[in-house]
This record gives sequence, structure tokens and C-alpha cells, in this order.
Amino acid sequence: MTRYLSIFLTFARACLVRDMTFRANFVLECVTSLGWMAMNLAFYLLVFTFTPEIGRGTGWTKEPFFAFVATGLIINSIVQALFMPSAEELTEMVRTGGLDGILVQPLDAQFLLSMHRVDFSAFANGLVGVGLLAWAIPRLPQVPHPVAILLYPLLIACGVAILYSLVIMLAAATIHLGRNQSLYDFWFYLTNFSRYPAEIYSGPWGGPLRALCTFVIPILLVVNVPARVIAQPLTGQGGMMVAGTVFAAGAALGISRWVFLAALSKYRSASS
Amino acid sequence: MTAAASHSPPSGFLARRLQALRVWWTMLVICLEERLVYRGDFVLGTLMRFLPIVTQVFLWTAVFGATSTGSIAGYSRNDIVAYYLLTMVSRAFSSMPGLASGIARSIRDGSIKKYLVQPVDYVGYLLAARIAHKLVYYAVATLPFAGVFLFCREYFPPIPDWTTIGAFVLSLVLSFLLGFFMEATLGMLGFWFLEVSSIVFAYMLVQYMLSGHMFPLDMLRGIPTGVAGVSVADVVRFLPFEYTAYFPAAVWLGKVQGAELVRSLLVEAAWVGVMIVACRIAWWRGTRRYSAFGG
Repeated sequence: MTRYLSIFLTFARACLVRDMTFRANFVLECVTSLGWMAMNLAFYLLVFTFTPEIGRGTGWTKEPFFAFVATGLIINSIVQALFMPSAEELTEMVRTGGLDGILVQPLDAQFLLSMHRVDFSAFANGLVGVGLLAWAIPRLPQVPHPVAILLYPLLIACGVAILYSLVIMLAAATIHLGRNQSLYDFWFYLTNFSRYPAEIYSGPWGGPLRALCTFVIPILLVVNVPARVIAQPLTGQGGMMVAGTVFAAGAALGISRWVFLAALSKYRSASS
Repeated sequence: MTAAASHSPPSGFLARRLQALRVWWTMLVICLEERLVYRGDFVLGTLMRFLPIVTQVFLWTAVFGATSTGSIAGYSRNDIVAYYLLTMVSRAFSSMPGLASGIARSIRDGSIKKYLVQPVDYVGYLLAARIAHKLVYYAVATLPFAGVFLFCREYFPPIPDWTTIGAFVLSLVLSFLLGFFMEATLGMLGFWFLEVSSIVFAYMLVQYMLSGHMFPLDMLRGIPTGVAGVSVADVVRFLPFEYTAYFPAAVWLGKVQGAELVRSLLVEAAWVGVMIVACRIAWWRGTRRYSAFGG
């Protein structure tokens, strides 16, 4: 474990050195990333000019909703920074046969393929998320319970684990498809479901969709549970929700590991 | 007949037209084959484009559920759903993935020079390739589009009259040309900057928000600019972006009618004209300052 941590830190240091070599590009990437986020925040502000809350009686008024958005920013920025750049490279590695070089290394292939590149500019959105959370928390209708504050980082880690598992499974699909240029798009579209409170998925179509995105692909647990814990009063259901999320994160990691190894066993080198 | 004579350019009007048609057909076949090599990726990519609409439908249903009014900025809940689906059609015409970055890349790596020494109009070639690309896309995407529209038919108002349908089709064709020439002009900034990825990203950002892809632009009517009597929507209307997503959708939904419809179509055509001229000037000025990089 210490060996892997040390190797990961070496990767991270190398990426940081490279980013700092092209500082202007790094700043530009941060700015564009922040621009995209600012545009989304502007959209939410526009929505709140038409409605006092997202869904009648859901409690997702402006400030709690922005705590929700902040939680999503933090989780997504961690995943975007630590795992997405490496996963994106895998799609090309499979097509070109570059994966061969990884498989002969004396290290775990999943570790190497999912964590060898760190995009430090993606942390910019996470920092804004922390700022937005700091703005929203004092304005919430109720002060967060101390237990909620303790649970929040754990649930953030669970959210990251669930998204990481999804990234791994999507990247593993590359091995079957031969090419998966849509990986990033699919990732964006899939995480789109987690961008809003689960309560919006209601009715004859929304109910089953909510169940699917909670129990089959637990994408709705990623942001909803930590955000709910911090932004809404803890109720009796809170404990169940937290336990369910921790279980889902563990199960997702296990399943993604199995899917990845199964996909790897089907890999046939594309290189000459 | 000698070998040289058999490869000489065809003479006569009919022969030249046949030759041009053969070139177009070859390009179309190449595009089709390229698309179908990675079928799984292409079908997955096409179907995925509908996923954001699903969240938007639920989001706006929740927003309407929390408000006492049945209408927001002149849109009912059904109008909003229909609007988002129609903007997908607009974007299928006006979006030009990879065009600007591809032009800039060919300037940077020097591959553009082959078009400078051949009797081929580069912009014309790009336009032909893009039309072929779009035709292939429509051929494959029509079925999933038709399925989704059929599934969501209750959200749409009754089918409009033939004049509106004609205006809708015309607005889509113009949006294709506008999107093409805007992005081609952007790509040609590569003659001056070499790397235009950040400019393209900034353009995409502005375009996404101000084209109406994100929300109906009518919602900006109530947002003040600070100048008395001028809303953000009034400012956005002065820009060409709305014609690449909002305008065709608004035409189908009957939000733009009569004299305003004619005026808007003329403005859209004028923007196409402006961008064609801008693109030609950028090409003309750019090639004059171009130094061939690469081997």
C-alpha cells in the first residue's frame, strides 16, 4: 500500500511539474473550467427567479440547493482531477495497442491505468465548491448537526468511490467496443442525473428511474446523500441512507474491479 | 488511347459534372465507412445525446410543480420539453464538432499546404465534407430521433401550417451554414495564433449559453442589463448565436410569426452572409501570412 502511495505521489509530482512548466496553459485551463461552472451557476440563479424551490415541499430552496451544487462540484472535481485523465487515455491505448506496455509492468494494471495522470486544474472547481459551501451553510434554514459535519467527508469519499467505479467500468467497455470516444460524453451524461436532487424524479417514469439510479447504478447517492446530510435536517431515515451509501460504495468498487479484470482477460493486443 | 490521355481532365460540361459527382460520392462513401467502422461507439454516442433532455424534463417539471403559474416566460411545461427536443434538431444542423480545431491543426502541422498547391478551394472542400458527414449522421440518427419524438408527441403543439414548416426547414439550413462559417472562421484564427483550443472553448461556452441550447432565451427578458428598458434578452438578440439553436425551435413552436418571422429569417441570412465574407477574408489574409510548417 505504501509502495503504491509513493508511486502515486511520484506521478502527481511529475504531473504538477509538467503543469507548472506550461503555467499559462494551466491558468487558462482553470479559467475555462471555472467559466463552464459559472455558466451553470448562472442557469441555477435564473431558475430561482421563477421558483422558490426545486419541487414543491422538497426543502431544496436556494441556499440548500447551492449547498447541493457545491457538494457536486467537490466530488466531481476530485474524480476529474484524479481519475478521468487516465481513463480517457485508456480508450486510445486499447485501439493502438499501447495497453501492452502497461500490462507488462510489475504493478497492478487498474492502479496504473486509472491513476497515472493527475489534472491539477480540475481542482479549481472543487475550490469554488468549498467556497460555495462556506457561503451556503450559514444561510441554511437550520445549522448542520455535528454528526452531519463528521459524516460529510466520509460520504464525499463514498461518492468519489462510486464515480470511480463507474469510470473504471466505462473504460473497461473500451476493450469490448474497440474504441470508446464517447467515454467522456457518456460520463457527462450519466453524472448529469446526479446533478439534481433525487426528488425531481417522480411520477410514473421518474419513480422507476429514481429506483434504477439508486439501487442498480447508484449515481443518485453520489451527491444527494452527502448534500442532504449537510443541508437538510437529519431524520430517522438518515442512518439508513448513510449505511446504504457506504455499502453501495464498497459494492461498486468490488464490481468494477471484477468487470475490469474480466474485460482485461478479453484484451487482444492491437499492436504489430 | 494512351495512359496519359485516359487520365487527362474530362472535357465538356457534362463530363465535368459527372467527375464532381463522383468526387462527392467517394467522400460520402468514405465518411459512411469511417462512421460504421466503430458502430458501437457511434450508436452509443447518438443515443446518449438524449440523456440530458431527460434530466431537463424532470427539472422543469419540478420547477413548474413548485410555482403557482402554469407558464414561465410564455412557456408551459409541455412547451419547455418540446423546446429542448427541438433544439436538439437545431444543434444536429448547426453544431460542427472538430471543424475549428481541425483547421487550426492543419495550419499548425503544415498539412494545409497541400490545399494551397492543388486546384481545390479549401473552404468548399470542407463544406462538402461536412455536408457528407451530416448526411451520414442524419441517416443513422433519424431512427432514434423519430422514436424519441414519437414517444414525446404529447408535449408538442399540433403540427404547424406548411408556411411555418417551410420557415423551420429554411432556418435549419441557414443554421447549418451559419454554424459552419462561424467555426471555419474561428479555425482560421490559427493562421495568427496557431493554437486556438482556448478560443474554441470560450466560443463553445458563450455559444452554449447564448444560443438557447441551455434554456429558452425568452427567459432572459426579465433580467435587466442596467440600462433602462434593455433586458439581457435584447442584447442576446443582436448576436448570431440564437439562430443556431433557439430560433428554429421557436419557429416550430409558433413563438415567432408573421412579419417578425420574415425579418428574423432575413437577419439569419444576413448573418450567414457576414460569416461567409469573414471566413473568406480570414482565409485570404491568413494564407498570405502563412509559412509552411512540417515536412
